[in-house]
Amino acid sequence: MMRLLPHPLLSAALVLMWLMLTRFSLGHLVLGSAIAVIAGLALARIEPPAPRIRSWPALIRLFGIVTLDILRSNWAVARLMLTNGRHGARRSAFVDIPLRLQNPVGLALLAVIVTATPGTAWLEYDQESGVLLLHVFDMIDEDGWRALIRDRYEALLLEVFA
Amino acid sequence: MSGLEGLPPWLILPVAGFLVLGSTLTLLGAFGLLHLKSFYDRIHAPTLGTSWGTAAILLASALSWSWAEDRVFLHELVIGICVMATTPVTLMVLGRAALHRDRTEGRGDVPPAPPRTEPAPEGADKA
Repeated sequence: MMRLLPHPLLSAALVLMWLMLTRFSLGHLVLGSAIAVIAGLALARIEPPAPRIRSWPALIRLFGIVTLDILRSNWAVARLMLTNGRHGARRSAFVDIPLRLQNPVGLALLAVIVTATPGTAWLEYDQESGVLLLHVFDMIDEDGWRALIRDRYEALLLEVFA
Repeated sequence: MSGLEGLPPWLILPVAGFLVLGSTLTLLGAFGLLHLKSFYDRIHAPTLGTSWGTAAILLASALSWSWAEDRVFLHELVIGICVMATTPVTLMVLGRAALHRDRTEGRGDVPPAPPRTEPAPEGADKA
């Protein structure tokens, strides 16, 4: 089983995507599964260790939190655009955030979260020191941002990937 | 497109609402890209378009087509996932290029490069 499906999550996602993009039929299920297995085997050549999800509930909770945060920050940034940055009072700043998270998949997910949330931009991550350089559009409290990333996202990501 | 005229009013309202929301957010993002002063501020503006700008338009599309074709349309979900997963790549490339430029040109308002433990080639760590 593991020999044929070294990346079970990736293969499952590919089959699902294949069925979404085509009309569901037995033929497409077979074709999609074949492609998913081949893609999983190919990826195993490049990137042998498959990501392991330790805690599905934490992942689902993270998903919910992020969806809410994206909505909220969209509203916040759109309002800043409309009011011309609170009439000139908005200040953007860099903030460096020391991360405990080291799992590459976890870091990639954090990058997606940070980027998908308007108002924060992932600029640079130093693998050696584990420090992430973030740019914040509307900076009010630097330590608040550090705590937010650490407690709201990183803690859950550590729980999921560890 | 044919088929869309048959949409009932209760469905037209959310579809139109999502379309207006998505296009307004994308427009605001484009406006910000034009209007903001520094590079690091400008990279924030288009994320309005790539997050809820895209999501709202995709939702409108999924709702109306699922009704018109009488089956659930989920292509849009794939588009959304691809947009979400690929924007960080371009953003990081642009951000790091800008950081590198500003550090080598010695502009004071960017944070210094992270320290390296291995001996860097001459001049590389002065930026």
